[in-house]
Amino acid sequence: MERGMYMRHKEAVIIGAGPAGLKAAKSLCEAGASVTIIDRNKDLGGQLTKQTHKFFGSEKQYASVRGIEILKILLNDLLEYGTQCEILNETSVVGLYHDKVIACVKDDKFFKIKAESIIIATGASEKSIPFENNDLPGIYAAGAVQTLMNQYGVKPGDKVLMVGSGNIGLIVSYQLMQAGVEVVKLVEAAPSISGYLVHASKIQRLGVDILTQTSIKRAIGKEQVEKVELWNLDETWQGMEGSEQTLEVDTVCISVGLAPLTELLMQVGAEVMYVRELGGNVPKIDHRYQTTVKGVYACGDVCGIEEASSAMVEGALSGIHAAFDLGYTIDDEKRKVKALKEELKFLRSGPHAAKIRAGYNKLGVMI
Amino acid sequence: MIEKTGIPPREMVKKEFPKDERVLINPKAIIECYKEIPCNPCETSCPFDAIHVGEDINKRPVIDFDKCTGCGICVFNCPGLAISVMQLKEDKALLKIPYEFIPRPQKDALVNVVNRSGEVITVGLVKRVQEGKKQKQTALLHIEIDRDFIYDAITIEVPHGQ
Ligand SMILES: Cc1cc2nc3c(=O)[nH]c(=O)nc-3n(C[C@H](O)[C@H](O)[C@H](O)COP(=O)(O)OP(=O)(O)OC[C@H]3O[C@@H](n4cnc5c(N)ncnc54)[C@H](O)[C@@H]3O)c2cc1C
Ligand code: SF4
Ligand code: SF4
Repeated sequence: MERGMYMRHKEAVIIGAGPAGLKAAKSLCEAGASVTIIDRNKDLGGQLTKQTHKFFGSEKQYASVRGIEILKILLNDLLEYGTQCEILNETSVVGLYHDKVIACVKDDKFFKIKAESIIIATGASEKSIPFENNDLPGIYAAGAVQTLMNQYGVKPGDKVLMVGSGNIGLIVSYQLMQAGVEVVKLVEAAPSISGYLVHASKIQRLGVDILTQTSIKRAIGKEQVEKVELWNLDETWQGMEGSEQTLEVDTVCISVGLAPLTELLMQVGAEVMYVRELGGNVPKIDHRYQTTVKGVYACGDVCGIEEASSAMVEGALSGIHAAFDLGYTIDDEKRKVKALKEELKFLRSGPHAAKIRAGYNKLGVMI
Repeated sequence: MIEKTGIPPREMVKKEFPKDERVLINPKAIIECYKEIPCNPCETSCPFDAIHVGEDINKRPVIDFDKCTGCGICVFNCPGLAISVMQLKEDKALLKIPYEFIPRPQKDALVNVVNRSGEVITVGLVKRVQEGKKQKQTALLHIEIDRDFIYDAITIEVPHGQ
């Protein structure tokens, strides 16, 4: 790697160009700040780049619009600001120092950025589960399957076992079927389906049986997955000997949850706390989305696994606060903040958000 | 049970239909959104103000069959594919469903109609394949079925491996 050790100075830097980061950028631009967005991927949008289904929520969060279409709207909003909003794609942030120096790598070149304000919107990474042969070719994380199908138009296999009944597992099952792949079964370790029932009913009526209290015991195959063995779980989530059944599949898709990507937050010295309900280690933020390090903010899935709808609102809020702290005045700031907070409250008020509410309670933030 | 399988039992489905079957002489939307989720495009898309969710978008949608014209607009706006339209036509019934698979079935084709468990229960006739820019890639299929199946028919079988 070439070490071009030059340092640039920037006003506001956003790490991660998912829905949270893009909305934060818009708030900052609106206020007049100059913004740099960094993302390791070529295409901006984070998880949205893979979402071909119509979104839930209300009109404010673009409900009934497909994720990829929402992304177009968010990007278009930013185009308006021209060079005020600089985009560094295919750029990985590899280090973050206490003095707000950001270490980046692009095209094998290393450089540093000194920022006045940093918003961390790095999202989350997929969790995996242990089982025999879980490294056999043919075993994928759900996100990887989505990328293959929806971005590259490649089928991961012909017969799939889906593991996990959260919204992601249910939605990716449906997308696999749309791509002409047979989803043989969906298994869930918990006693009930964890995602929205409408998503479950949608695949069940297309012939995909959902088996709760069931998990994958092992994958079988020489060069690649040929079969899987499933087994039932007892009340203590232990596999029950004698309950095994074999299924012929060539692909296993794992969708057992996400964990916030908090490495950069820890590097910069921001306090994090383990909150199971939010997906793992999350930053201790205040009601203005500032971490325990002054001038460093966090929003979106990195603060707790939620939805693109809430990530966008959090992004908009943290952008407004960051802009304010940089000394910008925001038109109608109080009203805007209040409206956004109301929106978040609604998104988090239903039974499905009980976990999220409990999580933020533990974290000690009322948002 | 529905929490384990995603299959609503028949009694649950029937509750979402008009109590008096004769109401279905005109087409009516049947909403099967059994659990509270933060969502309301059904309400906001209906041009006749026939669906109510309310300010707290977590509440379940409630339909007013007097106002519903069966136009089908909510059907392709619902991200959960949880709405269909049912209409009785003597001994037949016309079912409008959302469809997001390619290729689309052809008009006049015979298709396998399935129940909420995914089992084929009868054969239906495709009367119309409705597409439009506003539908955002969700087709609306008009399927004629025997009247006996109105509480069971929910979609059509999708051929594997295309
Ligand atoms: C299958 C599926 C279906 C979903 N359906 C819905 C839905 O219907 N409705 C809804 O509201 N939400 C939905 N979601 C959830 C939603 O997509 C996420 O909650 C949302 O994308 C989180 O936004 P974010 O901006 O926080 O993070 P992300 O979208 O994850 O973006 C983070 C970005 O940061 C970048 N990044 C991370 N680390 C670095 C680094 N070190 N250097 C540079 N760049 C970095 C990543 O490349 C990525 O682009 C779905 C998710 C999935 C997977
Ligand atoms: S079918 Fe038409 S009138 Fe009836 S609820 Fe749906 S959108 Fe409204
Ligand atoms: S749009 Fe569909 S999924 Fe959303 S609340 Fe209405 S019926 Fe339920």
